[in-house]
Amino acid sequence: MTAANTEVTALLRTMLLIRAVENHLVKLYANSEVPGFIHLSIGQEAVAAGVMSALAAGDTMVTTHRGHGHVIARGIDTIRFFKELMGRAGGICGGRGGSMHVADLSLGILGANGIVGAGLPIAAGSALAHQVRGSGAIAVAFFGDGAMAEGVVHETINLAALWELPLLLVCENNGWSEFSPTSTQFRGQLSALAAAFSLDYECTDGNDVMAVADAARTAVARARNGKPSVLECTTRRARGHFEGDRQKYRNPQELDEFDAHDPIALAIAKALAAGVTAAAIAEARIRADESVLSAVAEARADVLPVFAHAHDDVYSA
Amino acid sequence: MSGVLAQTRYVQAVNRALNDAMELDSSVVVFGEDVAAAGGAFKATKGLLERFGAQRVRDTPLSEATIAGVAVGAALSGLRPVVEIMFMDFVTLAMDAIVNQGAKARFMFGGQRGVPMVVRLPHGGGLNAGPQHSQCLEAWFAHIPGLKVVCPATARDAYGLLRSAIADPDPVIVVENKALYAQMGEFDDSPVSVPIGRLRTARAGSDVTVVSYGATVALAVAASESVAEEGIDVEVLDLRSLQPWDKSAVLESVGRTHRVVVAHEAVRAFGVGAEIAATIADEGFDALDAPVMRVGAPFMPVPFARSLESRYLPDADAIAAAIRAVCA
Repeated sequence: MTAANTEVTALLRTMLLIRAVENHLVKLYANSEVPGFIHLSIGQEAVAAGVMSALAAGDTMVTTHRGHGHVIARGIDTIRFFKELMGRAGGICGGRGGSMHVADLSLGILGANGIVGAGLPIAAGSALAHQVRGSGAIAVAFFGDGAMAEGVVHETINLAALWELPLLLVCENNGWSEFSPTSTQFRGQLSALAAAFSLDYECTDGNDVMAVADAARTAVARARNGKPSVLECTTRRARGHFEGDRQKYRNPQELDEFDAHDPIALAIAKALAAGVTAAAIAEARIRADESVLSAVAEARADVLPVFAHAHDDVYSA
Repeated sequence: MSGVLAQTRYVQAVNRALNDAMELDSSVVVFGEDVAAAGGAFKATKGLLERFGAQRVRDTPLSEATIAGVAVGAALSGLRPVVEIMFMDFVTLAMDAIVNQGAKARFMFGGQRGVPMVVRLPHGGGLNAGPQHSQCLEAWFAHIPGLKVVCPATARDAYGLLRSAIADPDPVIVVENKALYAQMGEFDDSPVSVPIGRLRTARAGSDVTVVSYGATVALAVAASESVAEEGIDVEVLDLRSLQPWDKSAVLESVGRTHRVVVAHEAVRAFGVGAEIAATIADEGFDALDAPVMRVGAPFMPVPFARSLESRYLPDADAIAAAIRAVCA
């Protein structure tokens, strides 16, 4: 295998796993096996896979309410992930958090977040810890274009620039601020916002996983040298704001065009061009589906959390 | 144990606690608005920058929401941040990070990790600082599962509670009354930590219990001296910690005195005193010989003018009047 086809294969595998997980979540949600609200990232897998491929062990990251892809790409145990979303005792958060609060501190995942934009200062704080301790690690904050209107995003960009934090801010721009086009919500440009604080900024095709991985490598290296920057990845949201959203506010044509921009289809084309066989890709897809089926079966079999134990972690003791 | 060395100003006790904690543990960092070069608006952080350097002692921009959020992320990543919000009133801008993030992280992540952060919040009136620089908002924080709240009344406790707060594995809100900063108090040559959740008996007595905290404790003691001449022997309890509060010690005192006044500077309605009074009604009803009375500020913003603010703030006379009423 060449280096190029090894890399594209690894990235494609990650994307296929994310897609398999979320396709399955569609069914589980429709069957009421996953309660509450879930926000799927189908169509945005290239950002998660590409950025995560540039991180090292010891790096930390925060994600958003639309964060399944990020935590899966970071290597979260999918069994404990499904258990969490299905409200089981063995969930990664013991069934206390659910989809919007998935975290695995052992992997440096400081949590998804139910509050838009709130993860950015948390990532800055993690970057501060890396800086103070001289660990050489960096922190990454994922945020959506809807978060650009949140004040803490602006404050964090300022602080990152002032303190030269080892921080990478990754905007997944899918064009939608929940139910509204971001063009009706944010009059500025992220590039101009970064420039206003003299931060490096790059925009990349967020549906092209190789382009994201390349841009992320550069930005991560910059952050390790104490130069925070902003990476904007343009992408598409294939599903609604939340699962069950009928999306009457969207032009059906935009949704029909999704296949032409499907990051997985694009990655497969690149893999084939790099010499990966169609049979190997088909097998990778089957393996992703099988691992998800088995994780879901195991999650289903787990017991429910015990209410009395929920009190245990309000405080440390 | 240590002997009493001398009198020390309350704010110097805060400063000493920060200094000692930073000396002991290199993961303790201090940041906030003007806390480094200027040494803090009230000089609580004076000298820390010179002693511990610019990595660990930092001035932040005027970005309260981000100060608190950075503290959460730093605490989740191995530091013990101690942040100052210059006036408690400004914490309204930082509520998401404190309430939705820091307070809940241990719980909502299934106990994976705690958030050992401290938020220092100077509260209180008496400085004619007006409606946005004088409030006592501690009840908000005591209402949030996952937060601990302390409010020291003395220099000794300002040191001891802050040391405990910094060492605590969970987020702790440290409320310091601005009017106390310049006050002198007894201080030990080797000051020690004060455990969170245990009250202090500021004055022992047998006829009525006054439950208080912060700057109001001294007013309660003064009120006790004035009613002592009338033959009323008052016990003054200084809660020190509001969340958790020392319920068993309060109920024990009420079991002896059978009469209670709860007094604080914060607005009386929906205040800390309401929780204490309700708990006594629930769990100490049989011991009561009179209804529990509350003393607190009236239901209005803190007014600016000297003549208005002095009427607004609960004083020793108001506490004495309540003591007489429950003993009547």
